Amino acid sequence: MLLSITKNIHEWLFSLMPENIASIVEMTIIAVIYLTGFAVAGLFLVLMERRIAAWFQLRRGPNRVGFHGILQTIADALKLVSKELTGTIKADKFLYNLAPYFVIITALLALAVFPFTKDFQAFDINIGILFLIAISSIGVIGILLAGWSSNNKFSLIGAMRSGVQTISYELSVSLSLLTIVLMTGTLQLSEIVEVQKNGWLIVQGHVPAVIAFMIYMIAGTAETNRTPFDLVEAESELGAGFHTEYSGMKFAYFFLAEFINMFIIASIATTVFFGAWLSPFGITESIPLLGIFWFLAKTFVIVFLMMWFRWSFPRLRIDQILTLEWKYLLPINLVNLVVMAIVVWLGLTIQF
Amino acid sequence: MEPIVVNNNFKSEEYFINMGPQHPATHGVLRLLLTIDGEIIKKVEPDLGYIHRSIEKMCERDSYQQIVHLTDRMDYLSSNINNEAVCLAIENALQLEVPERVKVIRTIIGELTRIASHTLWWGVMGMDVGAFTTFFYGFRDREMINDIFEETCGARLTMNYNMPGGLMFDIHPNFIKRTKEFVAHFKTKLPEYDALLTNNIIFQHRTKGVGILTKEDAISFGASGPVGRASGYSCDVRVHHPYSALDKVKFKEAMRTTGDTFARYEVRIEEMWESLSIIEQLIDNIPEGDYKVATNAVIKLPKGEFYQRVETARGELGVYIISTGTKNAHRVKFRSPGFSNLSLLNHISVGSKIGDLVAIMATLDLVIPDIDR
Repeated sequence: MLLSITKNIHEWLFSLMPENIASIVEMTIIAVIYLTGFAVAGLFLVLMERRIAAWFQLRRGPNRVGFHGILQTIADALKLVSKELTGTIKADKFLYNLAPYFVIITALLALAVFPFTKDFQAFDINIGILFLIAISSIGVIGILLAGWSSNNKFSLIGAMRSGVQTISYELSVSLSLLTIVLMTGTLQLSEIVEVQKNGWLIVQGHVPAVIAFMIYMIAGTAETNRTPFDLVEAESELGAGFHTEYSGMKFAYFFLAEFINMFIIASIATTVFFGAWLSPFGITESIPLLGIFWFLAKTFVIVFLMMWFRWSFPRLRIDQILTLEWKYLLPINLVNLVVMAIVVWLGLTIQF
Repeated sequence: MEPIVVNNNFKSEEYFINMGPQHPATHGVLRLLLTIDGEIIKKVEPDLGYIHRSIEKMCERDSYQQIVHLTDRMDYLSSNINNEAVCLAIENALQLEVPERVKVIRTIIGELTRIASHTLWWGVMGMDVGAFTTFFYGFRDREMINDIFEETCGARLTMNYNMPGGLMFDIHPNFIKRTKEFVAHFKTKLPEYDALLTNNIIFQHRTKGVGILTKEDAISFGASGPVGRASGYSCDVRVHHPYSALDKVKFKEAMRTTGDTFARYEVRIEEMWESLSIIEQLIDNIPEGDYKVATNAVIKLPKGEFYQRVETARGELGVYIISTGTKNAHRVKFRSPGFSNLSLLNHISVGSKIGDLVAIMATLDLVIPDIDR
């Protein structure tokens, strides 16, 4: 059904105007739909975070604006839009203004490749996983720029920490995803989903896949700079870290990017480990729209897990973060990769 | 820890950073001048005076009854104990014997104040190492104590419940019931504190072996309270110089020997258990009697010097009064625990990371108005 609607629009556009203009118009429409969709999703995630935090912390959370507070984050966003953009006098103006866009654009770019349901995928390239890894490591440049150009020592410490942390944990994210790629034999996300019709990859790969998932979750939380790896912001140490000097909408971009990044990390986990839009009961084939429900349901369970981390754990120290990555996660990951290779070689995967 | 000397061609440069007076980790208006090499702290210089209100000078102006009210504003988290210190000093100078009932109530209120202060500290400690949820857990339990205080004397933070010669009012009829309820409630909640923070592996890694203070240093810097006791220095005034009804109760002085951040943390957790036990021993036998003895409307202390020490939630508070026999004190000096504890900050935090400094400061449990006065 969804497929026929998009096909009709596609054909209608191409009959209306020349081919290259039509494709530009089509891309713009898709981009606008994605932007709106994920701005709303980001706002919803902020609300979810606040309600879940309140639930953990014996309080009620936002519950006044709109029904049970659903309009709270929209009100907050409006407030941020209307606020004055302050900045430091001695900031490097060009980089200072560029940084938030860098962060938000890279965050949104990664969303293009996710298969939300059958045939509902904006950009199905054959190196999907590589694309995700590449895009997610660009985001850190924005943070580094923000910290450097603010001309604030606290921001700079935050940015230095961010650089160190993201570069280190990028390795674990990539390696744990590569462990799974060994099973699928492809980097294309739609084909990875196709493989999982015989069982989710976390089940197919059993022990090494579970280890890979655990490492992925740890490294993914570090990638998004959330507690217990929130050294970049570290309220009690650095004030607000790299975005100390930002206000109004520029701050909102950083804020939104954090939540969209969390969504991305959870979406990758859903796609790679938990069968993306495939339902656990195998009935999605008949109703493709239900796939969106399953995809989002799985993603939000993982997002909830990350929020759970954030509101339970204290923060690690910078040297402990590096020790954890280079002395524990990376060696375990490399061994795990070999174990997975043996499992695949001997055909020990579980398939239904 | 031995400094590691690395020979490379890179030059590392130290830089200066200003932590405070508006900084989330300084809990008030303490300003720290930090010299840092990357993340490693080379020097910490506290800069005081941002909340100086001349309390000691005001004490020379005001009458003795009024002095009590000023002490609330020093260490506002243990206001009842501060009040008690001044009252005890004045009563000792006048050689006034207060009724047993007053002594017992003062001790119970003092221990409740200690628990309230420690629960707040625990919440903030968690927040300083990055765990936000502890803050709300701590406040939940502190709220019950504040409700008890509110019912008893009408105030929640600056109590003014003690006065020279006894108490302002008798306890509320609900006091005993509510206190027992709190003790029962808190006994179920303290294990929760351990589950949430103490036993957390990240927390233990963050605090063990960080900011080590040896026993000798603790004594020479004048450390007191949980900071001193965590280094194995037995300095509890309640044990060595018992006041009010503390000579009637049995309790263990919480002690550790490692002297690191985790030891200071554990001492405070143990102190909460001990305070609960003190309250339990006293709450069922509050003697009948008057809640105050009459004093003159204008108190004149005899000529001389008077000193009284008490154990507040942060350590030893000393009240030193020089009287010339008039209705005003000639000089009042407070020996505040926070000031001495702050003085050792540079000593124990050099060589550690910025994150460590925040954790160390959290376990020193500084209240800035107490340091500046």
